[in-house]
Amino acid sequence: MTTVAAPYAGTALDRVDGPEKVTGRARYAYEHAPDDLAYAVVVQSTIARGEVRAVDADSVLQLPGIIATIWHENAPRVAPIEDAELTVLQSPRVAYRGQVVAVVVAETIESATEAARLLRVDYQVEPHDVELRADHPGMYRPDHVNPDYATDSELGDPEAALGYAPVVVDATYSTPAQHHNPIEPHATVALWDADGLTLYDSTQSASAVRATIAPLFGLPQERVRVVSPYVGGGFGSKGAPHAQVVLAALAAKQVGRPVKLAATRRQMFAVTGYRTPTVQRVRLGADEDGRLSAIVHEAFEQTATVKEFAEQTTVVTRMMYAAPHRRTSHRLVRLDVPVPTWMRAPGETPGMFALESAMDELAVACGIDPVELRVRNEPTVDPERGLPFSSRNLVACLREGAARFGWAGRDPEPGVRRRGRMLIGTGVASSTYPVYRLPSEATARAEPGGGFTVRIAAADIGTGARTVLTQIAADALGVPPAQVRMEVGDSALPRASVAGGSSGTASWGTAVVRACEALTDALHRRAGDVPPGGLEASVDTAEELRAQRPFSRHAYGAQFAEVGVDVDTGEVRVLRLLGAFAAGRIINPKTARSQFIGGMTMGLSMALFEESVMDVEFGDYLNRDLAQYHVAACADVRDVDAFWIEEEDPDLNPMGSKGIGEIGIVGTAAAVANAVHHATGLRVRDLPIRLDRLIGRAV
Amino acid sequence: MRPFAYERAADARSAVAARAAGAADGAGAVYLGGGTNLVDLMRLGVVSPGVLVDVTRLPSDGVEETAGGGLLIGAAMRNSDLAAHPLVRRRYPMLTQAVVAGASGQIRNMATVGGNLLQRTRCSYFQDVTKPCNKRAPGSGCPARNGDHRNLAVIGQSEACVATHPSDMAVPLAALGAVVHIEGPGGARQVPMPGLHRLPGDTPERDTVLEPGDLITAVELPPLPFAARSRYRKVRDRASFAFAVVSVAAALDVEDGMVKDCRIALGGVAHIPWRAERAESALRGSPATEAAFAQAAAEELAQATPLPHNAFKVPLARNVVVRTLLDLVEAS
Ligand SMILES: Cc1cc2nc3c(=O)[nH]c(=O)nc-3n(C[C@H](O)[C@H](O)[C@H](O)COP(=O)(O)OP(=O)(O)OC[C@H]3O[C@@H](n4cnc5c(N)ncnc54)[C@H](O)[C@@H]3O)c2cc1C
Ligand code: SF4
Repeated sequence: MTTVAAPYAGTALDRVDGPEKVTGRARYAYEHAPDDLAYAVVVQSTIARGEVRAVDADSVLQLPGIIATIWHENAPRVAPIEDAELTVLQSPRVAYRGQVVAVVVAETIESATEAARLLRVDYQVEPHDVELRADHPGMYRPDHVNPDYATDSELGDPEAALGYAPVVVDATYSTPAQHHNPIEPHATVALWDADGLTLYDSTQSASAVRATIAPLFGLPQERVRVVSPYVGGGFGSKGAPHAQVVLAALAAKQVGRPVKLAATRRQMFAVTGYRTPTVQRVRLGADEDGRLSAIVHEAFEQTATVKEFAEQTTVVTRMMYAAPHRRTSHRLVRLDVPVPTWMRAPGETPGMFALESAMDELAVACGIDPVELRVRNEPTVDPERGLPFSSRNLVACLREGAARFGWAGRDPEPGVRRRGRMLIGTGVASSTYPVYRLPSEATARAEPGGGFTVRIAAADIGTGARTVLTQIAADALGVPPAQVRMEVGDSALPRASVAGGSSGTASWGTAVVRACEALTDALHRRAGDVPPGGLEASVDTAEELRAQRPFSRHAYGAQFAEVGVDVDTGEVRVLRLLGAFAAGRIINPKTARSQFIGGMTMGLSMALFEESVMDVEFGDYLNRDLAQYHVAACADVRDVDAFWIEEEDPDLNPMGSKGIGEIGIVGTAAAVANAVHHATGLRVRDLPIRLDRLIGRAV
Repeated sequence: MRPFAYERAADARSAVAARAAGAADGAGAVYLGGGTNLVDLMRLGVVSPGVLVDVTRLPSDGVEETAGGGLLIGAAMRNSDLAAHPLVRRRYPMLTQAVVAGASGQIRNMATVGGNLLQRTRCSYFQDVTKPCNKRAPGSGCPARNGDHRNLAVIGQSEACVATHPSDMAVPLAALGAVVHIEGPGGARQVPMPGLHRLPGDTPERDTVLEPGDLITAVELPPLPFAARSRYRKVRDRASFAFAVVSVAAALDVEDGMVKDCRIALGGVAHIPWRAERAESALRGSPATEAAFAQAAAEELAQATPLPHNAFKVPLARNVVVRTLLDLVEAS
């Protein structure tokens, strides 16, 4: 495959929608206000399992400004699709605390909020089970894990290999539930008219929302339109529609008026997904030189009773390091908990915390430098699939990162470096993320008055996709970016894949390039003449993707952390974080840097702070606001930097790019935990690394 | 949030009268400072007053010097102004340090001295009206005791409530023995800290000794020359914008290697800003050494009765007391 000539790809083009955003002209979902708008507020269950017996709808209907109270007895019916997270208000069953059991619609948000607070709901309560334990009797083997990986894998005889390995690491790690907390809460404005249903929604995929919602309401796809030009972050929580989209549409249908519905920050902790907690056992067998003979990685996770989400926690271990004997597995338990979903690098993020911590433990056990240990176990082909790598520059990232970080000469002895009242340590971990590419369609159009419009239902969730696609189109058309108008974020545009799996630029970029190429050809045939009505070319990349050659395609990276641990208090501060990445061609260094350091910052936050605390007695996540659910504050993020190495990979896509939205968070937590060990001699295997996990021990 | 009326009081008397009138209406009336805690609790449905009497415009919003070298701080003074005041910084550095260690710049710009003292616990059950909580709904139970109490009290808690008082500012005020000036329906009175706040006992719904309608008008800082060398150390889960896990306010008067006098108070450990009286008396007249500090801290913390998930606060508090006192010695 040849890649397109790229005068603009590779340049730090400013965000094309920057001025709109900073001047407040960019309208987000909640800011759309059709005439005659009504406001909906949800009522959440206060039990974790049981049934709604009665809803005292009449008493709140007396309140001023209340238009309707909708619950399972009077809600419009939706088609019984398989995704029970979306078939809301259709039955009295309560499957988790915080599930929506009613919606109040009113003339103002204040009246709706007050009525929702006052609404009496009577329940029949059943005992609940919300506690994840690796030895839970309900553990089962899911049919596959997200998105469609085999649940388990095995090569050779790992148990025997572990039996005779001279050095064995056997450790159990845990990661807590985490919530995405994008800055913009989920919001939907729903509007029914003669044409069907229009949804102004905050989503990572207008096409997917349309495809999911249309059948629920028995509508053909063309009669649903999802408009989502600007999105204030998602991190996976907006990857698929959640209850609020359906509720807004249901409410609008019921009251015959447009309805606006937003989740509050507190509600988001129950109704818009989260990262499953995990318990992971990792066993590594190696010789004295640290060469791996066996890798076993077993994950235990939770899912909801409403719907199965099986996170692919150990899949990453299938390709990271060479070893003849290996096994990975996933076991799940269905608990009375909210529905988990994708969260930035689902699978890789918790999985690499465990694997990369275990690698550090092995380095210590063998007395080998942790960078060297990883280099030593570098595979030549994908260890489980046997496929060649399209490109794999993990070693280059480790080496170059080590050089820039000042790793050379590091004294491996833990707990011996002091700076004032701080113990200082450094740690390293590898990063990786798969290269996905999904079918998409795009249209490129030459406008009669000059200039080009390129259309695709892609989503710019704050990443800069609109800008990057503009650069890609400009190169494919051979014109400056200023001549290209990029239209995204509307299901009326050509169908596009989700902004997820770090696949956006690769998937949409392919469609954009092909559409622009087709248009250029058409223009050539007309000797450059644009007809009065304009000239258009449309493509669908499904076939091109099917013809893709089999390779093991991944981006790689290495992250280096320096931490200080207060000897009196156990407080951990990350003094320095450096990421080295190899992710194909970087199309826009400015937006790419934001993705890398943004991911690393989120990884730092995961390492030290983020934890959704399950209230076992009542069955919900307790810390449902940003005062209690800690994300890193500015003062915690002191010196975070990233760079990338040049990588030419002709077997990816026309741009030669790999996804960069998620890799930054992968491995960060392990790098920090490994640095904490180096600083203190204490191995923290349970995230987050809070001071109470250090203070009671040796500090 | 239920509908409420808003009034702005011009002086203390009219504030007290407006509150009384509001209360007589039956809906309940409360004073409104910066609203950074009260309005959140109204949104959560934890409190639903019918009338808010805004006391941020009362004339008492500055700092005056008192005879003898103390300061009188108006209750309406904003936290950020208090922290920045040159006399506060010079005479009571631990107070400035405590205030700036709290919340965020935006919140400190809104928050008042009176409101800061009377902010409610951050116990998450207290904030969730769908769950029991003796403090919010007396007699309903205390789920924190067997549930999530990592951030809650280790000293002086009761069977009924294990909450902590979250204020940073109150900790140095307790150490200084600041005097709270109150104007109430029954007239004016003064309460010295740490006596403003109370232990939960059987009535955790009462955070303080204030009676309904009592208005805090000012906080008086007594003269304490050695507080010019004082320190506030806050341990928290992230580097800023987090409540204290444990904190210490300390002032130390050392002469010839001996502790002449000292003031120590702890935050994040009790239902009140905890004045470490046992440690103070153990230290007066003892050598200013690490061993003596450790011994004094141990004596104070001997009364701790931690719960399973917050036992770490006891060694943490000990370490922080010792380290803060040592820092004061080193700085002198
Ligand atoms: C996200 C967040 C983080 C925070 N972090 C910290 C922290 O780290 N450390 C810390 O110490 N604090 C922290 N705070 C709390 C903050 O300090 C308090 O909310 C603030 O000090 C309260 O002051 P206010 O004037 O806004 O009080 P208000 O919210 O207006 O009132 C609080 C209470 O005091 C009463 N009241 C107010 N003034 C008077 C008066 N003059 N007389 C009698 N009663 C009165 C009100 O009726 C109400 O009951 C944080 C708050 C938030 C929201
Ligand atoms: S500790 Fe106090 S505030 Fe918290 S739940 Fe118990 S009674 Fe309520």
